[in-house]
This record gives sequence, C-alpha cells and structure tokens, in this order.
Amino acid sequence: MLVVDKITKRFPGVLALEDVSLTIEAGKITALIGENGAGKSTLMKVLSGIYQDYDGQVIFKGQTVRFSSPKDAQEQGIAIIHQELNLIPYLSIMENIFLGRELITQYGTLDKRKMKMRTQELLDKLKLSVKPETLVASLKVGQQQVVEIAKALLTESEVIIMDEPTSAITESEVEVLFEIIDDLKKQSKAIVYVSHKLDELFRIVDHYVVLRDGKSIESGNMKGITQDVLIQKMVGRSIQVMRKEACEKRADNLLTVKRLFLKHPVRAKEDLLKNITFSVQKGEIVGIFGLMGAGRTELLETIFGLHPFVSKSEIHIENTRIIINSPSDAIKAGLALVPEDRKKDGLVLGMDVKTNICLTTLPDLEERGFLSELKESLLSKKYISELKIKTSSPYQQAKNLSGGNQQKIVLAKWLATKPKLLLLDEPTRGIDIHAKSEIYKLILSLADAGLGIVIVSSELPEILAVSDRILVMAEGAITAEFSAKEATEDSILKAAIPKSVYENQL
Amino acid sequence: MNLQTYRANLIRFQSLIALFILCLALSILSDKFLTVSNAWNVMRQISVNICISTGMTLIVLTAGIDLSVGSVLALCGAITAGLLRNGIEVPSGNLYIGFTLLGAVIAGILTGSFLGAFNGWAITKFKVPPFVATLAMLTIARGLTMLWTQGFPISGLGDTFLYFGTGWLLGIPVPVWISGIIVLIAVLITNKTRLGRYIYAIGGNESASKLSGINVNRVKIIVYTIAGALAAIGGILVTSRLDSAQPNAGTSYELDSIAAVVIGGTSLSGGRGSILGTVQGAIIIGVLNNGLVLLNVSPFWQQVVKGFVILLAVIIDKSNSKND
Repeated sequence: MLVVDKITKRFPGVLALEDVSLTIEAGKITALIGENGAGKSTLMKVLSGIYQDYDGQVIFKGQTVRFSSPKDAQEQGIAIIHQELNLIPYLSIMENIFLGRELITQYGTLDKRKMKMRTQELLDKLKLSVKPETLVASLKVGQQQVVEIAKALLTESEVIIMDEPTSAITESEVEVLFEIIDDLKKQSKAIVYVSHKLDELFRIVDHYVVLRDGKSIESGNMKGITQDVLIQKMVGRSIQVMRKEACEKRADNLLTVKRLFLKHPVRAKEDLLKNITFSVQKGEIVGIFGLMGAGRTELLETIFGLHPFVSKSEIHIENTRIIINSPSDAIKAGLALVPEDRKKDGLVLGMDVKTNICLTTLPDLEERGFLSELKESLLSKKYISELKIKTSSPYQQAKNLSGGNQQKIVLAKWLATKPKLLLLDEPTRGIDIHAKSEIYKLILSLADAGLGIVIVSSELPEILAVSDRILVMAEGAITAEFSAKEATEDSILKAAIPKSVYENQL
Repeated sequence: MNLQTYRANLIRFQSLIALFILCLALSILSDKFLTVSNAWNVMRQISVNICISTGMTLIVLTAGIDLSVGSVLALCGAITAGLLRNGIEVPSGNLYIGFTLLGAVIAGILTGSFLGAFNGWAITKFKVPPFVATLAMLTIARGLTMLWTQGFPISGLGDTFLYFGTGWLLGIPVPVWISGIIVLIAVLITNKTRLGRYIYAIGGNESASKLSGINVNRVKIIVYTIAGALAAIGGILVTSRLDSAQPNAGTSYELDSIAAVVIGGTSLSGGRGSILGTVQGAIIIGVLNNGLVLLNVSPFWQQVVKGFVILLAVIIDKSNSKND
C-alpha cells in the first residue's frame, strides 16, 4: 500500500532520517518503534506532507508521491492522528469532523442536515453513542480520539497513522480503541501505530519497524520476537529495569495525610477527592495507580497547595501538622512536585537550562540583594553533571532538549530545594527507555538516601517495579493498598476500575 | 559558527542599526537634525515615553499590558499641579491643607502607584484579563482627571516645579537624568534581581512559575504598581514642561509606549525582551517624530509612517525568532 524508499531528511547540522525504508501493508497494523529522537516523528511528518524536501521517495498505491501539504496527503488518503489532539473544543463533533470541507447547500449555506447524517453514520460505525451536536469540550479524551478517527474515516483515508494514541486515555477506552482499530483492519485500512507501550504492541500489532538514530534497524513479524529483544533493538544495548529491593520497615513517619477532600470546582456537590488518608515513611516509595480521572493528579496538587483545603483535612510532616495554602508553603515544608505535563507546568521552555534549575532556589543564590551569577552557574553545573543532563551548555534553551533531559531539569530544580518528600506525577511519560531507566535509578537512590517518594503512574509495570507499597485510586478515593510483594497487575486493575462503570455496563 | 555569531549580533543590534541609519538619513535630509540643541530636544521629549515604557516593558514581560498609562499620567500630573497650587480645602471642617513641592510630587506618585496596584489587584484577584482591567482604568482615570480639574487646565505652578521638566543639570536636561536613573534601576531589577527573574519566568510560563513556589499574584501587583508610579512621574514631567496640567494630557500615550516596547523587541506574549530594547524603541519613535517634523511632513502622514514602522519592526522580529 505504502512504501518508503531510502528516505533521507536533513536539518541544519542533523541527519534526522538516513536511508529509511519500510513497507506498510493494507489490512495490517504496522508499529513504528524507537526511542525519542530516533526519527519517528520526522518520518510521520514526511508521510503526512508536513515536510516536502527530503531525498528518496514515498510510493503510495504504486505511484511516487510527494505531498505538498497535510491537506494534500489527507485528500490522497493518508490521515494522521496526532498525540496532541487537534480538535477545536467549542465546536461540535459535526463541525470538527467537517472542518475545512463543509458540505454546502445549493444556496451556499451550510448543509447541516447532511453533515449531521454523515456524522451520525460515522459515530455509529465507531460505536460512540453521543449526538453529533455535542461540543468536543464536553467529551472525554478517549472519545475525542474517536472523533479524530471519525475525521480520518470521512475522507476515506486508506492509511491511518496514530501517534501514541493511548497515552492519555483510560484502560477501558483503550479497549474500545483497540476494537475500532481491529475493525479498521478488517476494512483493509493500513494502520501505522506509534507507541512507547510495548505490551500494547504485542496485543494488536502485526508488523514492526524499529528506528534508531534515524535509521531503519530492523523490521519483521511481531509474533517472532520477544519484548526483551525488541527493547535491545531500540536502544542498541540491553537494559534491565531494576526492581527496588524491599526497604526495611523504618516506621519513621514522613508524611501523613488525613481525611483529604477536594470539591469539584464547578459541580459543588461532587468531590474530586474523597476522604484520602495515607502515610509515607522516610526512604519509602509509594506508588499510586489509578485510571484517568481517578484523582491521582488532584491528590498530589492538593498536597502541594494548589487547591483549597477543606478544614477537616490534615497534613502532617514528620508528625507536625502543617498548613499548606500555596506551593511556596509546600516547598518550605520540604515538599517538591514534578508535574505531569513538564512542558506546561514544569519548565519555562524559553529560558535556559541554568535559569530553570535555579528557579526554585533564587533566595539562596543572592548576594547583597542581587542574584549571583557564580552561585547560579555552580548550582546548575552541579546538577547537570549529577543527573547527566545532556545539553551543549547551561545556557541552552530548555525547549531544545529531549523529553528525558527536560524531565531531568525539572528533577534538578526540585532536588535543589533539598526536599524531604518528592511527589512525582507520571515522571517517565513520553520519554525514551534509556532516560527512563536513568530516572528509575535516580528515584531509587534518592529513596536510599532517606527521601520519601510518592509516584503516580498509569503504567502498571512502572508502578510494580519501583514501589514499596501501592495505593490504588478510583473515583477520588483510595480503593486498595498492596505491599510490593502481594501486588499483581490483575488485583491492581480490579481495584482501579470505578464501580459506576460496572453499573453502567449492567 | 562564525556566521552564526555574526547573525546573532546583527539581530541583537538591529534596532541600534536601524536607529543609526535613521539618524544618518535625517542628517543628510535636514541640516537642523544633527545639532546639539536638537539632540537634547529629542531626548527631553522622549524621556516621558521612556518613563512610561519602562513600566510597560515590565508588564509586557509578564505577558500583560497596561492601557491606562496615559490617563493615569494625566490624573497624577493634575493632582500634583492641583495640590501645589490650591492645596485641599475641606469647607465643612473649615480645613485647609497646603502642599509643599515635595509633598505634591509624592502625592502624585502615590496616586499613580495606587491606581497601578488597583489594576494589579483586579487582574490577580478577579482574573480580569489585563487588557480589560486596564481599559476600564483608562476610562476611570480620565474621568477622575476631568472631575479633579473640572475640565480646565491647572497652570502657574511656580519656577521650582518647572525645573523637573525644563531644567538642566551638569549640562544635561533634568528629565533626561530622571528617565536615565529610572532605566538604570529597571535594568538592574530585570537582570540582577529575583523580582526580575520572576517577571521573565511568569511571562515565559505562568503555571510552571506558580508550581515553582513563585507568588505570581504578588509579582504582578508589584509590576503594575511600578508601572503606575512611573506613569505618575511621566505625568509630573509633562506638567512641569508645559507649566500646566491639561485634562486631556497623555491621550494615546499608551500606544506610543506599547510601540516602543514592541519595536524594542519585547514579545507581547511575555517572557522575552529587555528594558534597553524598549529605550531604543522609544528613541527610534522620538527621532522619527522629530525628523518628520523637521522635514515638514504633515502630522497626518506622520501617523501613517509611524504605524508602518511598528508593523515592520514586529515582522522583522517574528522572522528572527522563527530562525532561532
């Protein structure tokens, strides 16, 4: 269906793709696998018409093509569904699907009746039971993704490229997505599936193509390969995810949270957090697992002072009750929060590495009321070398670094505050395996040094690998607690599925 | 590599280069342009805009904007002038309070600070977009000016007061000294202090700044307060130069000020820019105004030219940041 033949794409000073060749077949799901920076996104941009100047050729249905724009690619039958969804929140599903290709009546007005009909057909096909007039803003992320797929189907796309489609949706939505993908496959569409989550790939993918450093390393049938071998091919060396050794029960209370509630910002009767009580010991890593919307992020944010406290809630640090009304109170109490979305909440992307690292500790970096260039530079250099942040200099802008290195900057700026307790929200989201293992190592060594760590993650293997104790959240409450030994994927998942979902299905 | 540094330097000094070319062209076109007296004249004229624009730069760096500076300038100028000339009479209490020069000036600056703080308060406490909050203040302050002056200019303010706007010190006009000192302090704040760093960080990414423990609301209120105080100083300079507080003084000054900030390379989306850039922007606008007058260009055409210059500056700036 689609053949990529010896594509080379150069950027000033960088060879992003070098002689990449691969074949994508109709009625098959092909996985594009590689670490961040391996060239996946560049390749997708070539295929979807964003980049037009490259060497080599793309052969689509037997003909050499060179798309002049994403619209051109779409019209010829290649659709891409980006990781960050490209929908307009305050337009309806129908308006989004027909954006840029609205149907017109003979009088030149919008043919709403026909568009509504077509939208309804698509939604039925994709089993999304909402009305075409529903505003996209009121849909869940998983449903929005289905709308994106509907958009691709409207143009009768034959190749559908999905970039990390499961990164933001719940397990049950993943199941729905996989059913849809399976249906598309049966309609002999060619699917290109890009994901970091290897277990998913083994479930649904037929073929794989591994990219590394801009080259296509290997391709083959998914059935004939194991996860370990695949990882080895991605990173070029084998990496073992270490498992934390059980820490001896130190019964040294670091954080105690009692009766934490959080009101829904709009719906007054609804609680986002319901009576949360838990504690963290010194040197302990507590994993919190929950599906999207379980309240994991809100829990960390509330502890960190980003949401108003309810008076009956209590937070104790080292057995002393403290009041936290703002992040600066939390920092004073020895807390640090590495947020879920590092680009939005973690970094000032336009500032350099040094300035980002120093941002949390500026009062310590002053001399006679002025910032000391020397102190700033010493502090940033210390963390750049300790955390092995790969940057050309401390003066490099944060936006030019890879995801893994950006995450290390965020960690560095929090370690600089000498925290007692680290709150980590999805600390390895969207970063490659190599950086991941470095961050795991760092987390483990910090716990060894006596820090308490709370890690929120939607990746079960990650939670299982690093935690001493695992709390499971669903619908704003803690539904189960496991020690590292007794926890299994099944038992955790069972506790994480909201009861209301069961009820809805009955 | 060498070419890159060369390019970077070219971008860095582009507004200086533009200014140089502008001056060169005007010197050739008019024999009155390149004279000492004209140079001081231009500097004296732009010192008011530099005062206002310094505050505006701080605000724009936090991704805000202040449309009220012109009205605040008028009100503060009028209050200083009114207090200086008439003091405050409270008929019912049979009370009269006279003001010394210093007292009147301080009262004017405090008024500006208060109005600025009010802007900041509305913006942070009620999450009113800066554009709207300061647009409201534009009207409020202008209305208060009319009430205070009853629509008539306040004149005859005494020779000592006129020194601020028209005097000389060590061979340099006093307003140039004042704006120069303000610029110096602002440069120190932006480059060397925590407050300055926080201003850039908030403009670059407000939510990340908040999570880093920065008291975003306090920084914003401080910045709007500073801008209000600087607008007041501008108002006092204008009043002093004319020996009269005009009720409609400072009309559309906010536009000249935003123009100076933008031409100086400060991004309206915040986080990027500098005080010295703004100073260059203000000088470019000042020289342009002056040159067009010397060349006998009609005031109507002057506005058209100025508009295109602003547009051009932003287009160049955009294409530079794209190549970054």
